[in-house]
Amino acid sequence: MMDARPGLAPGFPDISAIPVARRTYYGRWFAAAVIILVLLALARAFAHGQIAWGVVGTFLTVPVILTGLVNTLVMSVLAMALGTVLGVVAAVMRLSPNPVLSGSSAFYVWLFRGTPVILQLLLWFNLALVFPTIGIPGIWSGRAVDIMTPFLSALLGLGINQGAYTSEIVRAGILSVDAGQHEAAQAIGMGRIATLRRIILPQAMRVVIPPLGNEFISMIKTTSLASVIQYPEILHNAENIYYANSRVIELLIVAGFWYLVVVSILSPLQHLLERRFARGAQVHGR
Amino acid sequence: MTAPLVAIRHVSKTFSGHRALQDVSLDVLPGKVVCLIGGSGSGKTTLLRCVNQLTRPDTGGIWLDGELLGVRQAGDKLHRLTDREIARQRLKTGMVFQRFNLFPHMTALGNVMEGLVQVQKRGRALAEAEAQALLARVGLAEKAGNYPAQLSGGQQQRVAIARALAMKPKLMLFDEPTSALDPELVGEVLAVMRELARSGMTMIVVTHELAFAREVADHVVFMDRATIVEQGSAEQVLTAPRERRTQDFLSAVLG
Ligand SMILES: Nc1ncnc2c1ncn2[C@@H]1O[C@H](COP(=O)(O)OP(=O)(O)OP(=O)(O)O)[C@@H](O)[C@H]1O
Ligand SMILES: [Mg+2]
Repeated sequence: MMDARPGLAPGFPDISAIPVARRTYYGRWFAAAVIILVLLALARAFAHGQIAWGVVGTFLTVPVILTGLVNTLVMSVLAMALGTVLGVVAAVMRLSPNPVLSGSSAFYVWLFRGTPVILQLLLWFNLALVFPTIGIPGIWSGRAVDIMTPFLSALLGLGINQGAYTSEIVRAGILSVDAGQHEAAQAIGMGRIATLRRIILPQAMRVVIPPLGNEFISMIKTTSLASVIQYPEILHNAENIYYANSRVIELLIVAGFWYLVVVSILSPLQHLLERRFARGAQVHGR
Repeated sequence: MTAPLVAIRHVSKTFSGHRALQDVSLDVLPGKVVCLIGGSGSGKTTLLRCVNQLTRPDTGGIWLDGELLGVRQAGDKLHRLTDREIARQRLKTGMVFQRFNLFPHMTALGNVMEGLVQVQKRGRALAEAEAQALLARVGLAEKAGNYPAQLSGGQQQRVAIARALAMKPKLMLFDEPTSALDPELVGEVLAVMRELARSGMTMIVVTHELAFAREVADHVVFMDRATIVEQGSAEQVLTAPRERRTQDFLSAVLG
């Protein structure tokens, strides 16, 4: 098998004709065996356990559960919308040269990131204990108990808390835009606000959408905390049912199933949104 | 004597202890092309950015079209202008950057239209027609729908020139407009600039293209270590420099 071509050093044969032997992946076989054993054990446990799968099937689509699902979705969307608006405003304020604006934004983030969201929900819901009436002095006011419904308390608690997290994401997005973009916008006479709205934020969006999608998925599940302030989201309604019929695990499975369905639908949507904001970024050709 | 379009007087600028400009004074007459040459770090970009108010001089003043930039004198004090007033003053200058700085999320047409729509509040249809005409002027009529990432460097820079021209500036500033380009793309950008110079546009061009300077510049300014060392006609500065530092620079550049 010596290569007889002149000028090349001997001792380095042509190996192209020799087949490559298949390797045995002992690790993979072992891992598969372990997983199968665990699954079998689990299946056996569930089969012997007292889960009434029929009950799961029945309650999957009862009106109370479906209403709860809708409430969960409504709250997630609204709280996320509020959080996004607050987050963008807070991020822009944070990056403003005005120290009062950037300082108050930093304070907002510090305050709401620094306390558990369940505590914030309870605070909003129980606002009436310290402020019996709320409103705008001289224009309008009302009794706090009437205003701070579970819905509004949940919206404020979740949305304002989300705004604090979102502002950090948006701020990172804004900082990721090249400084030359600010200068090019200034050079054609655009003001600060127009530059942000037209030039900076659309480019920041590309960086911001993936983590924001992640936050939204997280929000879907965080709404379940609003059950402590009587907001009738899906987990709260599932609990109400099992308080009555004691089918705890079955109803938790029902709720879990719906959370999984919603989250599974959201991932492709996020992908679509990412494509929309990638406009002009990774176009082929050149 | 005609009044200068740009009058720079005693401008100094320091960046955290490092001198970028030291008592620089310069006149640019209307319709003339001034080329700024000089070694790296000599202050060329800083001077250009001061004229466009992207950088604020520490001391000294710049007048554009008879108007003092960035500040207003009232009694014995200078008062800074508001962002809005500065934005209005900037409309008189167009700036072309070394790295193009096109808006990547907008098409070539969108880039040129942006200032017309957002700043000059032109209607979309009117703005689009104007932008199309400008793209045609820089030879890119067919590329109107392309995003910057779909254009070559030379094409991007020509879009950037069209974008600056859209604001109808009295003065165009170019900061090494061809130094980020592959050699074979330099010519098309210089051709657009040559045409612009011929049309009577006043221009300040920072460049390393000495052949271009020799051909187009009415006035060449050589800077070194934050000051203007020598200036005069292209012929005089580039062919028969008087200063030692100019001679050294030219022989280093020309090899
Ligand atoms: N924003 C800034 N912060 C700190 N230092 C700066 C800044 N801008 C410029 N400088 C410094 O000021 C000096 C002049 O810079 P300038 O960019 O004006 O030089 P230049 O002549 O354009 O050089 P080049 O040919 O490399 O572009 C340099 O020493 C530079 O490091
Ligand atoms: Mg420079």
